[in-house]
Amino acid sequence: MNFIRQQLDNIKKPFAKGEKYERFAPAINAFDTFLFVPNHTTQKGAHVRDAVDLKRTMVTVIIALMPALIYGIYNTGYQYFIQTGEAFTFMDAFLHGAWKIVPMIAVSYIVGLTIEFIFAIYRGHEVNEGYLVTGLLIPMIMPVDIPLWMVAISVAFAVLIAKEAFGGTGMNILNPALTARAFAFFAYPTYMSGNKVWVSEASNVDAISGETILGSLAAGSEVNYSFFEMFQGAIPGSIAETSTLWVAVGAIILIATGVGSWRIIAGGIAGAAFMGFLFNLWGANALMSFDWMNHLVVGGFAFGIVFMATDPVSAAQTNRGKWIYGLLVGVLCILIRVFNPAYPEGVMLAILLMNVFAPTIDHYVIEGNIKRRKKRWASAQLKTA
Amino acid sequence: MSKDIRIKRGFTLNLEGEADKILTDIKPSKTFALQPDDFFGVTPKLLVKEGDTVQQGAPLFFAKENPRIHFVAPVAGQVTAIVRGAKRKILEIVIEENTSLGAVAHQIPSLDGLDTENVKELLLQSGAWPFIAQRPYGTLAQPEDQPKAIFVASMTSAPLDVDYDFLLKNNKAEFQKGIDVLAKLAPVTLTTDGNFKGFFEKITNADVVGVTGKHPAGNVGVQIHHLNPVNAGERVWTVNPEDVANIGALFLTGQYAAQRTVAVVGSSVNKPQYVKATIGASLEALFATVEVDNNQLNRYINGNVLSGKATRPDGYLGFYNNIFSVIPEGNDYRMFGWLPFVDNHIPSASTTSLSWLFGKRKAKVNTNLNGEERAMVVTGEMEKVFPMDIYPMQLLKACMIQDIERMEALGIYEVVPEDFALVDFANTSKIEAQEIIRNGIELMIKEEG
Repeated sequence: MNFIRQQLDNIKKPFAKGEKYERFAPAINAFDTFLFVPNHTTQKGAHVRDAVDLKRTMVTVIIALMPALIYGIYNTGYQYFIQTGEAFTFMDAFLHGAWKIVPMIAVSYIVGLTIEFIFAIYRGHEVNEGYLVTGLLIPMIMPVDIPLWMVAISVAFAVLIAKEAFGGTGMNILNPALTARAFAFFAYPTYMSGNKVWVSEASNVDAISGETILGSLAAGSEVNYSFFEMFQGAIPGSIAETSTLWVAVGAIILIATGVGSWRIIAGGIAGAAFMGFLFNLWGANALMSFDWMNHLVVGGFAFGIVFMATDPVSAAQTNRGKWIYGLLVGVLCILIRVFNPAYPEGVMLAILLMNVFAPTIDHYVIEGNIKRRKKRWASAQLKTA
Repeated sequence: MSKDIRIKRGFTLNLEGEADKILTDIKPSKTFALQPDDFFGVTPKLLVKEGDTVQQGAPLFFAKENPRIHFVAPVAGQVTAIVRGAKRKILEIVIEENTSLGAVAHQIPSLDGLDTENVKELLLQSGAWPFIAQRPYGTLAQPEDQPKAIFVASMTSAPLDVDYDFLLKNNKAEFQKGIDVLAKLAPVTLTTDGNFKGFFEKITNADVVGVTGKHPAGNVGVQIHHLNPVNAGERVWTVNPEDVANIGALFLTGQYAAQRTVAVVGSSVNKPQYVKATIGASLEALFATVEVDNNQLNRYINGNVLSGKATRPDGYLGFYNNIFSVIPEGNDYRMFGWLPFVDNHIPSASTTSLSWLFGKRKAKVNTNLNGEERAMVVTGEMEKVFPMDIYPMQLLKACMIQDIERMEALGIYEVVPEDFALVDFANTSKIEAQEIIRNGIELMIKEEG
């Protein structure tokens, strides 16, 4: 360890204050602090500090994403092989998926981190860790056959427009990963919807319909999957969204570590279940009579409410606000699913819409607190008068 | 008597180096110093110059903001140095002790015949007034104000904090007298540990309230918020328990009392214990009494490890603090220390560490920042360690953008930097919350007076 430390200190010398490459220090620091927690001591304020930092928080999210990602990689291969009808092993399916998905992740990180590093150097602050999560989320919510250059453009759009334009990490209004998906969704609709994009190589294999469940429902056709199949996730869909089971494992990790807000997740599930149940009672068409339990396990709802809606920057920030925000995401998601057949999946738009309204929710929650204080003051005035 | 209260949110740091219940006298200190920085919001105007001799209790300087408030010599002797910093700011007024010069004597009539104004005048003349602080802002109390209550917090919860029941065991009569004096000014609320009230239970002339809960339940600001919150325009005064005894001693003896018993604590202290000293005593004398492990670089803190002030090992005791903490500096690297669930020996309020599994174990902490400053991302974590009906992150942001109206609306009157010490500790982005609040309060004082 000491040897590595010495080597690093040598490498860092030309980047020190007043040296030749001073302005590139954020870039080299990002690598250094990846290896070592720096030797910085407290200069003001509390003399001792918690072990937690933003890196640790973000890495926790990445750990929580792993079960869904690994299952997503497997499912990509699984969907491909049942479509072609070839015999296959678990390893075959996994390798096929990895061959498709690893390049997408690489492209997302390379493009996104390059932009992040440039902005860090330009603005003279350290590289924030937020993109480690965003960069993994973006490929996980894309259809598997999307061309890599589209991934690259979506990433660039999301990081530049959704994040850096607002001032960088912590300042953005919209969730960057969902912005990337929304960008691809509206810019390249043929690659993002229909029945040819959800299964690997589906457009090259004839006669097999790889439509998602919600897509089939919107088109008015029958769904032949059981609740358990949908829960387990061996269904067509965006890469890592299909398995509610493994998303739930991630949710447990997020809630246990306190990194994801259980209020948002619980609120979202309650909102979606309530809305689904209302539509069940109405039951005018196939989507309306689609069982409310099933609504919770198909499409991207589970993935969205666990990993996207809980993004602390774009969600509501007050505890009461988080409940309201979660509930409304759930309600809107089912509403969009049922009422707008052009967008069979509603969770992306529901979350983006609520991202925009989150500050308003917080505003009213905080106004309530302010009013309470004013009232206390007024009653104190009365007592003394 | 009011009902006992329980503070639910918070985080108690269990640290190595708690003081044993042994009380020893400090070894003789050659020099003493008064540090004007201990008095928030005070600009000192000197009344002495280098070479002057002063009696114990003779004024050294007064507050430019209110010339009635005098700050007096804790011991008799000669003013040997006036140490100044940048912009000629006065840092220390150093006195070399000479007991033969004696003390200033005050005529103290019987308390029964005194009204509020007489008591105030006596406290001002004797130099005991600076023992009284006020909310809002945590500045010195202004004698022209009429507070709605005076709070004395003997319940403590900060890391390695003292047990006032033990600390004041030889000063019970003085403490009761001090409460009687304060009760002349406003109704007194005395908070004490709800699980063990000790001798405070028998104190009369005050409303004794038991408080339980995690840190910061012992912060007087948190207790005021739950028992008698400060509204705009109102004042609540606060006095440390030992200073109540000092005020009591003044009224019993007619001499300014500057007793300061400190618990010398922290993992770098060889035998942590209580030391009976005097305000402004030299740390040299303190460390002659209680040894410090000098095999590593240490940080010396007047106060607790969360909200205390760093000082030099050849510096002086502060005016108010009953704790002196010494912990190792943390200027070393930890490889892959940012991974979740590693380095669980570092205490953490977050469950991304397994340190909660070792809840009862006493942790050895150092001054490493454990990360770098980042943008505010995580929400909800500040509220967990901030047991007031105030939104801490929103208040911090209002202070950062210097929006006075918003700060007022969000409750700046009820907080002092100390209340944000745990926010400093626990927040993921390593935001300097105490500094932001201090700047906010300074702005409020400047703009609103």
